[in-house]
Amino acid sequence: MTDPIIEASHVGFAYRGGAAALTDVSLAVHPGRNVALVGESGAGKTTLLRILLGLARPSTGVLRFDGAPLTRRGLRPYRRAAQAVFQDPYSSLDPRQRIGRIVAEPLRGLGLPNDPARVAAALDAVGLPADTATRYPHEFSGGQRQRIAIARAIVGNPRLLLADEPVSALDLTTRVRIVDLLATLRAERNLTILLVSHDLGVVAELCDETAVLEKGRLVEQGRTADVLGRPSHPYTQRLLSSVPRLPAAT
Amino acid sequence: MSLLDVAGLRVTDRAGNVIVDDVSFDLSPGDRVGLIGESGSGKSLTALAVLGLLPPGLTATGSVRLDGHDMIRSPRGHGTAATVVFQEPLTALDPLMTAGRQIAGPLRRLRGLRGAALRAAVHEALAEVRLTDTDRIARSYPHQLSGGQRQRVAIAMAVACRPKLLIADEPTTALDVTVQAEILDLLDRIVTTNGTALLFITHDLPVAARVVRDTHVLRQGRVVESGPITSLIAAPRHPYTRTLVDSARRFDAALQEERS
Repeated sequence: MTDPIIEASHVGFAYRGGAAALTDVSLAVHPGRNVALVGESGAGKTTLLRILLGLARPSTGVLRFDGAPLTRRGLRPYRRAAQAVFQDPYSSLDPRQRIGRIVAEPLRGLGLPNDPARVAAALDAVGLPADTATRYPHEFSGGQRQRIAIARAIVGNPRLLLADEPVSALDLTTRVRIVDLLATLRAERNLTILLVSHDLGVVAELCDETAVLEKGRLVEQGRTADVLGRPSHPYTQRLLSSVPRLPAAT
Repeated sequence: MSLLDVAGLRVTDRAGNVIVDDVSFDLSPGDRVGLIGESGSGKSLTALAVLGLLPPGLTATGSVRLDGHDMIRSPRGHGTAATVVFQEPLTALDPLMTAGRQIAGPLRRLRGLRGAALRAAVHEALAEVRLTDTDRIARSYPHQLSGGQRQRVAIAMAVACRPKLLIADEPTTALDVTVQAEILDLLDRIVTTNGTALLFITHDLPVAARVVRDTHVLRQGRVVESGPITSLIAAPRHPYTRTLVDSARRFDAALQEERS
């Protein structure tokens, strides 16, 4: 098997003066295998995501990128390989900048050629017209803004997309369209997704593997079909039984 | 006689844009009615118009009669007929006031309770929403409580004075899924026990299906389809309702597939 793109090995993390936010977390994202990180408020999902993004350093354990420990020096190539999309499309886009400049931001930050054609291609990939580049965020709906945030994430052709609750702020019908978009990007751009989500339906739709985080510990992980199909941990069982379902079709 | 009768409700803004357009529905004592719609459908403004709480700059026309009171002409006249629980308890609760004092407010104003009787009623209200350790909760400020506890406090405040109608506007959207399940069960039990009518507002069809009997689907300010929620889910007639049902089914089916 090839090396994971990113791998957390026995990672622990505590905020200054605080209790442990993560304890002994080991998680690997292999190329082509989407991974879901599932858990509720305070479980440590966002902390783990910050560590996986290189925004926080683990207190214990190591992070490996393409098989080698991730060092400060290795951060730049890692950031070219891994980009992020966040939950709230209303706060993640700078309201004073035109979309073209927002989408091109990773190109500037990563020292890649700032090519308008790349921005246009990224906008096209997320289903937005080219003239989007000349407009401002407030002119767009929540779903369109999330498409813009995804365009920004993929403009530098990353291999890994770290998505923190990318659809939870969206209406159901918009949610379906964004999940479809992520599935298409995965197929067409060789993109592997690490999805942080509490929405098990979205997880089932999009991810091959699922890891369940409770109070800073991974309580269950494996193939999504196993974790959601035959949950062995009581917490996973409780999560599953809490999902509101439609009455069965007749 | 219906408890709530909304007929030809229109809400317009200063620029003359029609945000809620010709919405009509009624609700009898003990009914459980859903208003389902996505962002911009006008569902929350409809609820605010029912309560006479429209923000400045918005005007309601048509007719809203709540327990016999004309809510458009005299929006403050309904007394204890209806109360509301909002989506985000952290902004709905006063951050500078303990949970106990917030619940005591309406009990004092509307039921005239004082002293030991008031304290007892506050604890009863907290127990009703299944909060244990009511002493500690009553002394806590909102930031010292979890999201689920805060929403329980907000519900306790809303039902303490036994309204005839409880309006819940996306009451579980900000909560974790296990907490959401608990709060839905709680609302279900409270309205059943007290015979309170429920107007439940949500964008989430599966959530609505758990608590309401009849529903109206709103889109761009208009009701596009109404009926019992089970028949509406089983056989949606309007294309928009069908899109909503299909979207919900998509994720349901993905989850079901893993389990089979």
